[in-house]
Amino acid sequence: MTLPLFFFYLFSAIVVASAIMVISSRNPVHSVLFLILAFVNAAGIFMLAGAEFLALILIVVYVGAVAVLFLFVVMMLDVDFGELRKGILQYAPVGIVVGIILLLELLLVAGSAFLVPEAAGTGVLPIDRGVENTRALGQVLYTNYIYLFQACGLVLLVAMIGAIVLTLRHKPNVKRQDIAKQVARTKAGIEVVKVESGKGL
Amino acid sequence: MTSEFAGFASLAPAYPEMLLAVGALALLMIGVFVRFEASRLVTILAVGLLAVAGAMILISSEGTIFSGGFINDGFARFMKTLIIAGSVFALILTFSTAADKGLNKFEYPVLVILATLGMMMMVSANDLMSLYVGLELQSLSLYVVAAFRRDSGKATEAGLKYFVLGALSSGMLLYGASLVYGFTGHTQLDRIAEAVALGERNVGVIFGLVFLLAGIAFKISAVPFHMWTPDVYEGAPTPVTAFFASAPKVAAIALLIRVVFDAFEPIARDWQQVVIFLSIASMVLASFAAIGQNNLKRLLAYSSIGHVGFALVGLSAGSLTGVEGVAIYMAVYLTMTVGTFACVLALKNENGYVQTIEDLAGLSRNRPFVAGMLAMFMFSLVGLPPLAGFFAKWYVFLAAVEAQLFVLAVIGMLASAVSAFYYLRVIKVMYFDEPTQGYAVPAIELRVVIALTGFLVLSYYFTVGAPLAEYAHNAAGSLF
Repeated sequence: MTLPLFFFYLFSAIVVASAIMVISSRNPVHSVLFLILAFVNAAGIFMLAGAEFLALILIVVYVGAVAVLFLFVVMMLDVDFGELRKGILQYAPVGIVVGIILLLELLLVAGSAFLVPEAAGTGVLPIDRGVENTRALGQVLYTNYIYLFQACGLVLLVAMIGAIVLTLRHKPNVKRQDIAKQVARTKAGIEVVKVESGKGL
Repeated sequence: MTSEFAGFASLAPAYPEMLLAVGALALLMIGVFVRFEASRLVTILAVGLLAVAGAMILISSEGTIFSGGFINDGFARFMKTLIIAGSVFALILTFSTAADKGLNKFEYPVLVILATLGMMMMVSANDLMSLYVGLELQSLSLYVVAAFRRDSGKATEAGLKYFVLGALSSGMLLYGASLVYGFTGHTQLDRIAEAVALGERNVGVIFGLVFLLAGIAFKISAVPFHMWTPDVYEGAPTPVTAFFASAPKVAAIALLIRVVFDAFEPIARDWQQVVIFLSIASMVLASFAAIGQNNLKRLLAYSSIGHVGFALVGLSAGSLTGVEGVAIYMAVYLTMTVGTFACVLALKNENGYVQTIEDLAGLSRNRPFVAGMLAMFMFSLVGLPPLAGFFAKWYVFLAAVEAQLFVLAVIGMLASAVSAFYYLRVIKVMYFDEPTQGYAVPAIELRVVIALTGFLVLSYYFTVGAPLAEYAHNAAGSLF
């Protein structure tokens, strides 16, 4: 009992600390790296709670894709974060109000689970402790909901086709590597020029 | 947990959908690997694929599969046949016009097939979740198709407007669905009906129903959710507009019928009020707003809004005759719309395609065949006997009168009379104004489409009328 508890407090402490660092660090790249740390530790908490599918999805999707995307955005776009941070104290009251509302909502959820513990088992698909949740998800996703699963796949396919059709442009003057052309080149068409160092052509 | 599927044969009701899904993927591959004239080849193959799917629908077996998420019955088969016909015609209209309209990429027919698949899933949806996924597959394809001509400012504007308002309507629909699920405990339409019938009148369910109807009203562009229609119809390339005005309307109307009759039959009185309001508002607003329009595509957009209003007259009745009337109305509307848009696409000269009503001046002397057919379509859209449009309106108004909705029927007749003004103005410009410009001879397939739809509209009473009415009667019967 104590070991899981120890890890729970360890992970949550790191999550909270790195979340604070995300908004307070001066360097935006550091912020993104702290965000990744927060995600990884949140995944650890999910793992402790027995939700191993959610934990791995969090690592794969958020750490693997979303955080890297953030990193790209931060490094590619020229955003002056010092300028953005100027009004931070001004927005603090609104932030605190939002935080309090979120806390109350969390307390409501936790409170209902505490008052009516049997509510969790009365869903359409009650949780079966004997089956790990990756398998449990697969069992409904590929049987009862196979139609919706495949249809969602088609929706994503349309999104992909749409993105390509609407944005991809074949520019005529872009230099591309043509391996056949490179291989076919003979000595005849090549001129070796001796360039003196420091002079240029 | 074991699967309910005994084998591939148990999926028989969904064979046409599966064919389209696999076919779309195959066409995508063909489009990528064929270098020469890929778009033309893929368009021809797409028409063939849709035709095969249409034939399969006619012989497809009925039943409910996928844990109650998918239903194939007489109603679904009727509507799916119409949808396939609309999509096939929309693709045929691009044969000669694709290059001018910026649609000559092989992705266009593939997206049309995927949109058609989404529409067929909408028609066959027996569950709020499959309803939403089908709707989203259709809408997403249509957003892309609307903005397909990405270098044109108007087309991009049309695509973006359609996307933003479509996303809003999807949000409303989902909110309604979540309320319905929350208050009935089911997402399957027949189970919802059972739950609604058991319980007493519940405000939450009514709330959800209203949001669901608002979301669907966006898709059928019924007033007051019609604002996007004229802009999108004007901005999108004309063959795309022809597609928008035909098949998706049929699919959304079919979806509306399915939802209100399968899930909310016990509280018919509540949704009837909403449908009556949508119907009256659409008919009246469209008839008056279209009078001021000068652009042909905007005029046809308002015309389509008005026709949705007339179709809803039949639905307001909430009876078998009403659904039968709507089914016939949609079949006739589809034919008239395809024919009208084929006429619009057939008129092209060195200045480009016909845009405004003035461009049609003196058309009867220059292109008598197109002018005559367009005039006949306009008469049919007004609803003059003995053309198909008259019989379509006759069926829906008959249903309204049978259901004692006399006020609705009278308002509909008056709106129809007002709408005659703008339809007849087109005819007057074509026949009595001095010609200002000439037009080239239209492509052969456009003439064939015009002649075919024109023949169906003209000879409705003697040829297709009776079998269509019987088919629609059987289709409507499967819902009751």
